[in-house]
Amino acid sequence: MKIKMLLPLVFVAIAAPALADDGMAIIKRDCVTCHNISGPAPQTLKEVWNLKGPNLAYAGNKYREAWLVSWLQKPQRIRPAGEFYGNHIKIGDKHDVVDEATLKDHMVLSKADATAVAHELMELKQHDDLIAQEKLEPGTGSKMMGEMMFDKFLGCMACHRIEPDYGGLSGPEVYTASRRLQPQFIASFIRNPQAWEPKTWMPNKHVSDANLQKLVYYFDALAAGEGNGK
Amino acid sequence: MANKFLFVLTAVLFSITAHAKESAVDNYKTYCVQCHGLKGNGNGVNVRDMSVQPRDHTDAKSMSGRSDEMLFKVIKEGGPSIDKSILMPPWGDTFSDDEIKDLVQHLRQLCKCKFGS
Repeated sequence: MKIKMLLPLVFVAIAAPALADDGMAIIKRDCVTCHNISGPAPQTLKEVWNLKGPNLAYAGNKYREAWLVSWLQKPQRIRPAGEFYGNHIKIGDKHDVVDEATLKDHMVLSKADATAVAHELMELKQHDDLIAQEKLEPGTGSKMMGEMMFDKFLGCMACHRIEPDYGGLSGPEVYTASRRLQPQFIASFIRNPQAWEPKTWMPNKHVSDANLQKLVYYFDALAAGEGNGK
Repeated sequence: MANKFLFVLTAVLFSITAHAKESAVDNYKTYCVQCHGLKGNGNGVNVRDMSVQPRDHTDAKSMSGRSDEMLFKVIKEGGPSIDKSILMPPWGDTFSDDEIKDLVQHLRQLCKCKFGS
């Protein structure tokens, strides 16, 4: 009887350390074929063309952990033309279009695996230095003014969608950005995309501190489901 | 001394690798195609919802109206620098000046034209 009672305890004792290692084991087994987890970011275009997924070497500086846990269980495409976008477009009737046949769905993880993987990803913080430079004030801004700036004054919608079927396709959708990303990352990447990814196809538009703050507020408003009126 | 030399050599080689000049064809294919299109005719994958359509680089008539200096400026500093659309971003932090000069020549090949021709 005593042995029977002890068995579950022994099992838990053996399983506990294994669970703690699971996240990195899963990442090394399943993620590294498409994701870079140790850096450096691509330094040449040939490396960019070989991209199959976002660089995760700074995942802990970039993502919100709760979002990662949720998304890994139910992944949905964030970049309409995938990554690298150039590998997933073709000539269409009126203009180039996304070649859907070339895009693959992301693997689905169980809740336990998603939690373990997300936890490990949050440890990858290659760019604490860049994040530390961002000083954002908590607050809210005018959604209408934010959209005007994003769309008309900065022209960002050329490459990004601000709602599911409006905007450009070569960059990631921004209407979910605040749910996915840490605000300091959003500000830092827009401030200097090349500091994060030297060969990224996102240009540095030299956005001012004040406008970076407004963009973060705008993305908050979009992610809160208050999309634009289009 | 030998170690110091090796360190300097490694640093120099790394620096060359990190900032190696890319060809205009490769840069165009990576950065410009998203808006200007696989054919360079202004019909990129992003254009559907744009308020101003990207320049057709194969259009000799309109491209011959732009000097090389103007093309250099608009690539480096963006559309507003030559009173054109904000949708054309500044690429000065992406390309070196040499790469932009090469891109200007690449545009001349696409349009099969020269300024004023």
